[in-house]
Amino acid sequence: MQPTRRDFLRLSTLGGTAVSVLGFDLGPAYAAVRELKIARTTETRSTCPYCSVSCGVIIHTLGDKSRNVKPVVVHIEGDADHPINQGTLCPKGVTLKQNIVNDRRLTTVKYRAPGSSAWEEKSWDWAIDRIARLVKQTRDERFIGRDASGRDLNALTAMGVIGGCTDTNEINYLLVKAFRAGLGVIPIEQQSRI
Amino acid sequence: MTNGWTDIRNTDVVLAMGGNPAENHPVGFRFVMEAKRNRNAKLVCVDPRFNRTAAVADRFVQIRAGTDIAFLAGLIHHTLENNRYHEEYVRLFTNAQFLVNERYAFDETRGVFSGWDDQQKRYTDTSSWSYDIGPDGFARVDPTLQDPRTVFQVMKRFYARYTPEMVSSICGCSAEDFTKAADLITSTGTADRAGTMMYALGWTHHSQSVQLIHTAAMLQLLLGNIGRPGGGLNALRGHANIQGGTDCGMAYHNLPGYIAVPKADHQTLDTFLKSITPKPLRPQSTNFQSNYDKFAVSQLKAYYGTNATKENEFGYRLHPRLPAADGGGYQNWSWAYIFDHMYRGEMDGFFSFGMNPVSNGPNSRKAIGALAKLKWLVVAENFEQETAAFWRPDILAVSDLKPEDVKTEVFMLPAANFAEKDGTFVNSARWLQWKWKAVDPPGEAKPDQEIIGRIFLRVRELYQQDGGAYPDPILNLNWWYSNPASPSLDEVCRELNGWALEDVKDATGAVVVRRGQQLSRFLDTRGDGSTLSGNWLYIGSYTDAGNMTMRRSTADPSGLGRYPEWTFSWPANRRVLYNRASADAQGRPWDASRTGIAWNGQRWVGDTPDYTVDSAPDAGLGAFIMLPEGVARLFVPGQFVEGPWSEHYEPMESPIANPLHPEQSSNPAVRQFMTKHDVLGTAEEFPIVCTTYRLTEHFHYWTKNNPYSVQLQPEFFVEMSEELAREKSIANGDRVRVKSARGEIEGLARVTKRMKPMQVGGRTVHQIGFPIHWGFLGRGAQRGSMANLVTPTIVDPNSYAPEYKGFLVSLEKV
Repeated sequence: MQPTRRDFLRLSTLGGTAVSVLGFDLGPAYAAVRELKIARTTETRSTCPYCSVSCGVIIHTLGDKSRNVKPVVVHIEGDADHPINQGTLCPKGVTLKQNIVNDRRLTTVKYRAPGSSAWEEKSWDWAIDRIARLVKQTRDERFIGRDASGRDLNALTAMGVIGGCTDTNEINYLLVKAFRAGLGVIPIEQQSRI
Repeated sequence: MTNGWTDIRNTDVVLAMGGNPAENHPVGFRFVMEAKRNRNAKLVCVDPRFNRTAAVADRFVQIRAGTDIAFLAGLIHHTLENNRYHEEYVRLFTNAQFLVNERYAFDETRGVFSGWDDQQKRYTDTSSWSYDIGPDGFARVDPTLQDPRTVFQVMKRFYARYTPEMVSSICGCSAEDFTKAADLITSTGTADRAGTMMYALGWTHHSQSVQLIHTAAMLQLLLGNIGRPGGGLNALRGHANIQGGTDCGMAYHNLPGYIAVPKADHQTLDTFLKSITPKPLRPQSTNFQSNYDKFAVSQLKAYYGTNATKENEFGYRLHPRLPAADGGGYQNWSWAYIFDHMYRGEMDGFFSFGMNPVSNGPNSRKAIGALAKLKWLVVAENFEQETAAFWRPDILAVSDLKPEDVKTEVFMLPAANFAEKDGTFVNSARWLQWKWKAVDPPGEAKPDQEIIGRIFLRVRELYQQDGGAYPDPILNLNWWYSNPASPSLDEVCRELNGWALEDVKDATGAVVVRRGQQLSRFLDTRGDGSTLSGNWLYIGSYTDAGNMTMRRSTADPSGLGRYPEWTFSWPANRRVLYNRASADAQGRPWDASRTGIAWNGQRWVGDTPDYTVDSAPDAGLGAFIMLPEGVARLFVPGQFVEGPWSEHYEPMESPIANPLHPEQSSNPAVRQFMTKHDVLGTAEEFPIVCTTYRLTEHFHYWTKNNPYSVQLQPEFFVEMSEELAREKSIANGDRVRVKSARGEIEGLARVTKRMKPMQVGGRTVHQIGFPIHWGFLGRGAQRGSMANLVTPTIVDPNSYAPEYKGFLVSLEKV
């Protein structure tokens, strides 16, 4: 069997096994460094969320095998088997870990009341209920059942939804399904327009 | 992309124009370098700046921002004038032999096509932008291409004005530089050579961007480069799933799968289906869009499930229809129009999932003013950003507002990021690649499917309890997921592909798909309600054999980098679109070393054919199956609002009057917004041409939160030529102010040889540019330097993309 590029890299970090691939053993040269960093990690295949080249990445998480330990991302590398990036990443891609593990990440629901100049912390339950009531109020007040010529529209233009280019097909489809096919929202857009 | 990243290694010539892939798509750009190294391919870079792509190009031509059509039209003229086009390809695969309507005309001195109304200053009758239709309902043709009314001859006359001298006077490059680049680019007009074009927002951010892409497509067709390995017209795209979002209907005008949305005039399902299924224009046309009725009904079944029945037109009346506009046509709810409506107080609420319109939309001052008119705003995000925090005193000050005056309720919901949920992204090569979840989101952050699911369920509950305006679509929506409050993305992925609700039979009555089976072919969908599919384009991505987007085989039997078992490529796992055009009339590849598909006597083999798989070449079926013509359009009948051909019009803000027709200087179809923010500057007050771009170290407005990215590129700067800096007494590192008619922005001067003044219209024109990545929130020196404080709200009249490249500014030392 032909080793894949990724097997090649993995094998070559494990010392002796690399001999069968290369004919000589590069392993010890950097096994010490790489083993310390990622030897005990769980590897998850993912895709870089930045530009549309869509480089394959391997996310290394640590701590998932013990009880009461929340896995954390300790390293991200390019997927050596990916036909496009073949293990490489650009200057943005190599900072990906900081996109996940970052003290600026939002971790609680924040609310700004009318006229206020500060955030307040709120619970999810409160926010979901309040948002749903505002959606319903807007829809009930501004729904366009028919136009002036008596044609059925069943449309809502007083509320808009943008999003999706940063998220998966499935999320885009759920947005379209829930908001357009469900609530009747017409203004639905995303980054491709701009 | 018509082709894909890994295919670029098969090319002979790359034209990088309207994009800077070495900077912005550096990993994809490796395939350009591979082609240079292994095939001795040549790279031509055309750009306002000597950029990172130019640094490794074989030829660089510097042009004025906003003049790309003139440059490409010059290439078309060069191709036709010097017989450098691929004649057999043009004859076989384009509408060159079609006859144009007798009433079609173009007034060269006034710069307008037939149908222009001088009083109303608009096109009132565009019926002449069409083919000459015979009594059989098909377009008339002249296979000799000699009739003066053939598309070929009309095209030749139209583009004859774009001589190297004219290109030079518009674009600001020398005629000699143009001709040298033209010789290289058009060297691919032979069977044994293939050339590719790589473009990005440098082509789409103009008031004539659709016609710009049209010109590029024409040139690639004339050179015989579409459909071939190493060829194509390749949009690089700038976000991980901007392609998937577009595929899945996140645009006001399209349903998933690029089916046009139902309009006010489509009162019944039948009228709607008629509107999306065109009639063939030639006898040999596949006219694949005649299947859209089956796709649309299957989508309605996905939306409304068992509540979509034959009796209720498959729930068609539950779906909204686009309202008619006051002045005729339909309302426009594209991005800039949404913010215009919002600014006028016509909208109450707004959701933004991972979008930052204060930073990324045109004219930030107008965007902030618009958000301040909302009653409520919901932003789901990874990091606090300028849109969620638009009410902060420093951000509101940009629009002369104070927090106490802004009554908008704002919710900022902490959302999971890419690593914290699974699902598929579609890259610019149309590959649907599944990714797996690696970790839980931090703190109370939630995945978007849960945010959407919970809001929808709560709204539905309120309608169940209290009733309200037309609750039917909400109550009848097919929310079938095992966990309705947080739908599994695996289930949604299966729904996007779709399955059979009843046994699906072929014409002979044989069952081709059993009830409950996943669909694997487009033509197994039915318009009778027996199939369900959220997005027909993705059929084949999740079959009974499993989720194809999870496949990770690196097998490459073609040796051309197609990787047919690496994930899934829409449509139908086809890796190169229009690939019938990679072979000649007999089905033999134009170049045997780069086979797209080939006829083996019984069937087409190679890539998934973009063609009927067993249709013999001598049957003469049209190669472009998506068009009613069956062939590609050089002349585009009635689709674009400013004409059937691409004409150079100046940007809406321009330092000179159009040298071709000064009286109609800019695009006559552009419509301006009317608020106080929608203003244009004059060349007297704002003499400098300005453009915006990205840097390789940053991604959009996200990485300003990442310490490493901020260390690499810490602060906003303005690039300018040494000549301009000298004129303004600006030294490298000085603080400078850029002003437009809309606003101003400050940053550090970066004086560079990368920018050069140019001679245009008999005078010296300076250009400056700056990157977009800064704002108010993030690490390091943010200082409110948002690039879009100065950009105009002008949009292309077809695509409604804003004119971020080639607007006017002034420059001064602070």
